[in-house]
Amino acid sequence: MGDLALRVDGLGKQYRIGKREAAYRTFRDALADAFSAPFRRVAGLLRGNAAAAADLSETIWALRDVSFEVKKGEVVGIIGRNGAGKSTLLKILASITEPSEGEVQLYGRVGALLEVGTGFHFELTGRENIYLNGAILGMSRAEIKRKFDEIVAFAEVEKFIDTPIKHYSSGMVLRLGFAVAAHLEPEILIVDEVLAVGDAAFQRKCLGKMNEVAGEGRTVLFVSHDMAAVRKLCTRAVLFEQGKQVLFGEVDEVIDSYLKAQSNASSVIELPAGDPESPAYGTRIEFRDSAGQLRSEFRIGEQWQVVLHFNVRRAVKHLIAAVGLMLLDSLPLATYWSLPQDLTAGQYSATFQIDFPFKNVYLQFAVGISVLERPVYYCAGIGQVRILDVAKDEQPFRSTGGILNTPQTTRIREVSYALDG
Amino acid sequence: MTVQSDRETPLLTIRPSKGWVSLKLGELWRFRELLYFLVWRDIKVRYKQTVIGAAWAIIQPFTTMVIFSIFFGQLAGIPSDGVPYPIFSYAALVPWTFFATGLANASNSLVGSAHLIKKIYFPRLVIPLSAVLSNVMDFCLAFGVLVLMMLAYGIVPTVNVVFLPLFLLLAFSTALGAGLWLSAMNVQFRDVRYVVPFLTQAWLFITPIAYPSSLIQNETLRALYGLNPMAGVVEGFRWALLGTQRAFDATILVSALASVFLLVSGAFYFRRMERTFADVV
Ligand SMILES: Nc1ncnc2c1ncn2[C@@H]1O[C@H](COP(=O)(O)OP(=O)(O)O)[C@@H](O)[C@H]1O
Ligand SMILES: [Mg+2]
Repeated sequence: MGDLALRVDGLGKQYRIGKREAAYRTFRDALADAFSAPFRRVAGLLRGNAAAAADLSETIWALRDVSFEVKKGEVVGIIGRNGAGKSTLLKILASITEPSEGEVQLYGRVGALLEVGTGFHFELTGRENIYLNGAILGMSRAEIKRKFDEIVAFAEVEKFIDTPIKHYSSGMVLRLGFAVAAHLEPEILIVDEVLAVGDAAFQRKCLGKMNEVAGEGRTVLFVSHDMAAVRKLCTRAVLFEQGKQVLFGEVDEVIDSYLKAQSNASSVIELPAGDPESPAYGTRIEFRDSAGQLRSEFRIGEQWQVVLHFNVRRAVKHLIAAVGLMLLDSLPLATYWSLPQDLTAGQYSATFQIDFPFKNVYLQFAVGISVLERPVYYCAGIGQVRILDVAKDEQPFRSTGGILNTPQTTRIREVSYALDG
Repeated sequence: MTVQSDRETPLLTIRPSKGWVSLKLGELWRFRELLYFLVWRDIKVRYKQTVIGAAWAIIQPFTTMVIFSIFFGQLAGIPSDGVPYPIFSYAALVPWTFFATGLANASNSLVGSAHLIKKIYFPRLVIPLSAVLSNVMDFCLAFGVLVLMMLAYGIVPTVNVVFLPLFLLLAFSTALGAGLWLSAMNVQFRDVRYVVPFLTQAWLFITPIAYPSSLIQNETLRALYGLNPMAGVVEGFRWALLGTQRAFDATILVSALASVFLLVSGAFYFRRMERTFADVV
């Protein structure tokens, strides 16, 4: 008996968003409002209804109809796109904000880490901040004292412990913040996307610690975009989409569903028409997985395709279509070319097979068309594809992780021209 | 599957709250170490950042006293209940400065701690409470100067001085009470921030700092004057320290009641608004 850590039942959270009424229609309206508003405001203020008081009326449900149970010792991943309501759920669980409907039953002390180093003061020393931050997170002075050396060692700031943290590097501040939080010992630990900040070493360290906590049999709720970490740490997962709980189940199943749901509008991008005189121009590009499904996130080692659709206005000789891959900051990584071909007027598509060896990156694209070695169409900085650090049903693809190591296997495998329609 | 676990009662149940809610003073007590650390942080940072930090606590009431003495004491010839005007006004400015600074800090405290409120749970009452408490240090410094002035003027406090802590407590509860109201409103309406300096200034003039409340002869009016809790505080300080004739009278009693009312109503209003803080601040 009593193996439940928490139960969420019909939970919902409604936010008011600050959108004022449109401009006054008439001067009379404005006057009338000016007279009635103060009373409405004061009444609203006293009732505790701030939004009515401020005359703000638009609301959104950040979370709705959420129900699930977590057993003691379970590690549950919470995934979903930005704005799906993950942080809102955690804030309710941590009592930071109140739900608008439904209820939560907690069968243990909750410790929440929604941000690293909350409450740090930059004028205070590392030592002082450990005590301050510890107290803010709910530790007693005796408890902090007991764990002090451990915290300092974990943060690797021994030498600077009596230096104001304004002199610390940002990495040191992060490590210190995580170190304090990592020594909380709640029965239920909830962690928001705190690993998104910091360098790879920091992330490794944090994940190691989280692994340790999970291994101690504590209940953990863990929000992350890092699917590899979720898969590794969690046994079960909840998927949110626009405030709705879409799926709650085994972690593999939920992650798969999440990745599938990523096939969205951004996997098809319409291209600008370009110079009306040019003999050929791009119309759109698409990103597809090997099964032909539209997607904008791919796992490392997975084969996927960039499909470039283009129109040819008049018969051309020696046309070459090309797609360039670049990092978000426009650092070019690779270019894929088609073989030159003579074409008549019509609509065409070129399919480029991609097998990309870097993980955890966002890619952008450039497309170009040339005729007789002369560029006739070019468009850069389009699209956004994410390569995830997750491999499925096979060994993870080993990444060397540096641009200079680009393996020579990333070359074009197949380009096919097909007359559309 | 849920039948079994229903037997255990949850440690905490979270559900939407409605209307007026309890103050949860027990919880506040459990978080007293956090209160201690926040006060300690404020004091530490204030005195660390500026050389003038400690001196500022004295300069402010002292210069005001000098100005009051010249313009109200000398030029306007305002009576001072039989004590030298400088000490008469300074004895009032010390608790007043404590009140005014505490009120200003408390009013901005929630907005200033938005990053904490949005990310961590703790009883929010801790925030304005620590904002007022961290001024006790400044008060002590200014009070030290008051003691020196009394020595210089050869004024020996009466036995009533044992009541002094009560008047400090009264100033504290007034600052906190008003601070609770204003800080909670400030979260919803940021323009409250602009109201506070104006309010403080008006409050200064209706408080017997530059003048004695003995100017009011009518007993009923004097009692009503006590509705301004700071009137009781200021007269109480003079009565306890300087032995002015304004004995422990109706003004002070009414002030005590008004102050308690302000504090209790402020606390309930604050708790009621608290549910929106994390979303709006
Ligand atoms: N304090 C707030 N006021 C109004 N809207 C909010 C507030 N906090 C979050 N939201 C909205 O609620 C939705 C869910 O947000 P959030 O829980 O932060 O998503 P996630 O953490 O999954 O990215 C978003 O649309 C966001 O804009
Ligand atoms: Mg979030």
